[in-house]
Amino acid sequence: MIHMEYYLIMSAIMFFAGIYGFFTRRSTLTILISIELILNATDINFAVFNRFLFPDSMEGYFFALFSIAISAAETAVAIAIMINIYRNIQSIQVNKLDDLKW
Amino acid sequence: MEYTILILLLPLLSFLTLGLGGKWMSHRTAGLIGTTSLGAVTVLSWLTAGLYFTAPRLADGTFETLIPYNFRWLPFTETLSIDMGILLDPISVMMLVVISTVSLMVHIYSMGYMKGERGFQRYYAFLSLFTMSMLGLVVATNIFQMYLFWELVGVSSYLLIGFYYTKPEAVAASKKAFIVTRFADLGFLIGILVYGYYTGTYGFFGEGAELTGMAVKMVPLALGLMFIGGAGKSAMFPLHIWLPDAMEGPTPVSALIHASTMVVAGVYLVARMFPLFIGYAPDVLHMVAYVGLITAFYAASVACVQSDIKRVLAFSTISQIGFMMVALGVCTTSDPHHGGLGYMASMFHLFTHAMFKALLFLGAGSIIHAVHSNEMSAMGGLRKYMPITHWTFLIACLAIAGIPPFSGFFSKDEILAACFQFSPVVGWAMTIIAGMTAFYMFRLYFGIFWGTENKELHAHHTPHESPLSMSFPLMFLAVVTCVAGFIPFGHFTSSNGTAYDIHLDWTVAGTSIAVAVVAILLATYIYKGEKQPVADAMQHRFKGLWTAAYHRFYLDEVYQYVTHKIIFRCICRPIAWFDRHVVDGTFDFLAWSANAAGDSIRTLQSGRIQQYVFVFLLGTLALILLLLV
Repeated sequence: MIHMEYYLIMSAIMFFAGIYGFFTRRSTLTILISIELILNATDINFAVFNRFLFPDSMEGYFFALFSIAISAAETAVAIAIMINIYRNIQSIQVNKLDDLKW
Repeated sequence: MEYTILILLLPLLSFLTLGLGGKWMSHRTAGLIGTTSLGAVTVLSWLTAGLYFTAPRLADGTFETLIPYNFRWLPFTETLSIDMGILLDPISVMMLVVISTVSLMVHIYSMGYMKGERGFQRYYAFLSLFTMSMLGLVVATNIFQMYLFWELVGVSSYLLIGFYYTKPEAVAASKKAFIVTRFADLGFLIGILVYGYYTGTYGFFGEGAELTGMAVKMVPLALGLMFIGGAGKSAMFPLHIWLPDAMEGPTPVSALIHASTMVVAGVYLVARMFPLFIGYAPDVLHMVAYVGLITAFYAASVACVQSDIKRVLAFSTISQIGFMMVALGVCTTSDPHHGGLGYMASMFHLFTHAMFKALLFLGAGSIIHAVHSNEMSAMGGLRKYMPITHWTFLIACLAIAGIPPFSGFFSKDEILAACFQFSPVVGWAMTIIAGMTAFYMFRLYFGIFWGTENKELHAHHTPHESPLSMSFPLMFLAVVTCVAGFIPFGHFTSSNGTAYDIHLDWTVAGTSIAVAVVAILLATYIYKGEKQPVADAMQHRFKGLWTAAYHRFYLDEVYQYVTHKIIFRCICRPIAWFDRHVVDGTFDFLAWSANAAGDSIRTLQSGRIQQYVFVFLLGTLALILLLLV
C-alpha cells in the first residue's frame, strides 16, 4: 500500500509547479493550465485526506468532484475571455495586457 | 422739482432700449427713439431752468440750492457716506441746459450725418449713455457721485471715439483717450480720498462752512490732486494729448463730447469746488490759472499750422478751455465786484463756447460730409456750394474771435477783464492768445470756404449743401450764438450767488476787438487769395518752428519715449521678469514636485497581473510566517 506521504508530496510538487508556471509563463493559455495544475493538486489532497483520515465518510470525494466541475466551468469562461482579449490586442501574451492601467 | 429725476432716467431708458433692442429696430426707429427722449430731456431742462431762475431769491440775494433727491447709498461711518442724488444750483442748472440743448442738436444732426452707417443703433445708444452720465455728473450732490459719473462719461467717450472699431487709428485713439484720462483720474480719486478722510464728508462745502485742524492743511493737497483729474478730462497741458486724437470718432461726437460738454467737466469741477479753492487754497487756484494759460498758448500756437480741420478745432477747444481755467484761476475773492469776476466769466464762456464750438464742429461735419475728407487741401472755395454751412460757420468764427455782437465777445471780454484785474501780464498774455484764436480760426475759415478750389476732386463729386436734419442744428446754434451774449448771465451765476450786472470795460473790450480785427485782417491778407505766397514764404522762413508746431511740439513723441522706452523697459520689464521667473517659478516647482512624487509611486500600479499575484503571494507567505512564529 502506498503511503499517504507520497500522495501529498506529489500534490505539493504539482501545486508549486502550478504556482511557478503561473508566475513565469507569459501566455495566458499556459497560465490557465498552471491554474488547472493547482486545482488538481488540491483535488488530490481532498481525495487523499478523505481516503486515509476519514475512510467512513464521502465529503472529500464529493468536494473534489465539485471542484472539478467548477474548474471546468471556469476554464470555459477563461477561454472565452482569452478569445476576446485576442480579438482586442491580437495577442494572448499577459505582459501585453496592461491596458487596465492606463 | 421732483421731476428732475426724469432728466436722468429718460436717457438711461433710451440707452437700455437701444442697446438691448437696437438690433431688431430700423435705423429710423432707433434715431427717433433717441432723439425723442432727448427732446423730452431738453424740455425738462429748460423748464427746470425757467422755474429755478424765476423763483424768488433768498434773503442774502442768492438762489436757493435745491436737493430734490439724496439717497444714502454706501455708508462708511456715521457721517461719511456716498450718496446718490440731484443737486440744483445755478451752475448745475446752467449745465443741464447746455448739455441737453447741444445733445439734442447732435441727436438731430446725427440722423443725417450717420445715415446708413453700420451700427447706427449702437451709436444712438452710446449717445444716450453719454448724455445720461454727463447730466448725472453735473447734478451730483457729492464729490463721489461726481466721480462715478465722471468715469461713466470717460467710458462713453471711449466707446464713441472707437465707434469705427474696424479702423486701427480709431481704436488707438480711443485707447489713448481712456488711458490718459484714467491716469489723470487716479489723481482725482486720491484727492477725493484725502478730502473725505480729513473733512469727514464727501459733500461740497458751501459758503460759510468751516474746516478745522489738519483739514485746513490737507485740503489744498486734495484740491490739487482733484485738479489733476480735471486737467486730464479737460485736456490741460500736458495731459491734452488724447483730445486731438479723439477726433477719429464721428464728427457729431466730437461736437458733443470733445468740444462742448465732457471736456468742460474739469472746469465744472473747479467751479464746483470754488468755495474751497477760494477759502483754503488760493495758491492752488492760481496754479490752475497758470496751467490754463500755458495750455491756451500752446494749443493756439499748434492750431495755427494744423491742416486737418477737426484737429484745428480740437486745439482751439483746448485753448478755449484754457481760457475758462484761467478765468477761474485768477479769482482772488468770492465777491464778483472785487476779484471774483472770473468765476462768472468762466461759466459764461463755458456756456457760449459750448454753443459756438458745437456749431463749428457740426459745420465741420457738414463739410466733411460733402467732400469726404478732413484735410484742408481737399476744400477751398466751398462757399458757393454750401451757403448755410458757410454763413453759420462764419458766425461761429466771429464769435470765437471775439467780435461783437456775437456771444464769444461778451464772455471772452469778461475773462480778459478778470485777468487784467488779477495782473496786467496775464491780461496781456490772454489778449494775445485771443488774437491768435482769431487768426487761426480765420485761417481755417478761408482755407475751407475761399482760397483755391480743389477742382480735380470736386469735378467727379460736386459738394452739396447738407440735408435739413443737418442744417437745422447749424441754424439753431447760429441763432443762439448771435443772441447768447445778451443774456444777463451775471444775474444767474456768480461767484457768491448774488446778482451781478455785466458791464463792459471799454479799455479791455476795445483792445481785444482791435487785436481780433488785426488778426482777422492778417489772416485775410495771408490766406484769402487763390495763391498764398506769404503763407508759403513764412513756412519756408520758419521751417523749424513750423515743423515743430505741426508735430505739436513733439509732445506725443515725448510721451511715447517716456512710456515705451523708460517705463516699459526699466520698470515693466523687470517686474515681468520677476513675475515670470520668481512667482511663476515657485508654483511651477510645486507642480513639478507633486508630479515627481506621483511618478515615483506610479510603478506600484503596473497593471501587470503576474506582478500583483507575486506581491499577493509574498504577502500570504509573510502572513503564514507570522502565524507560525
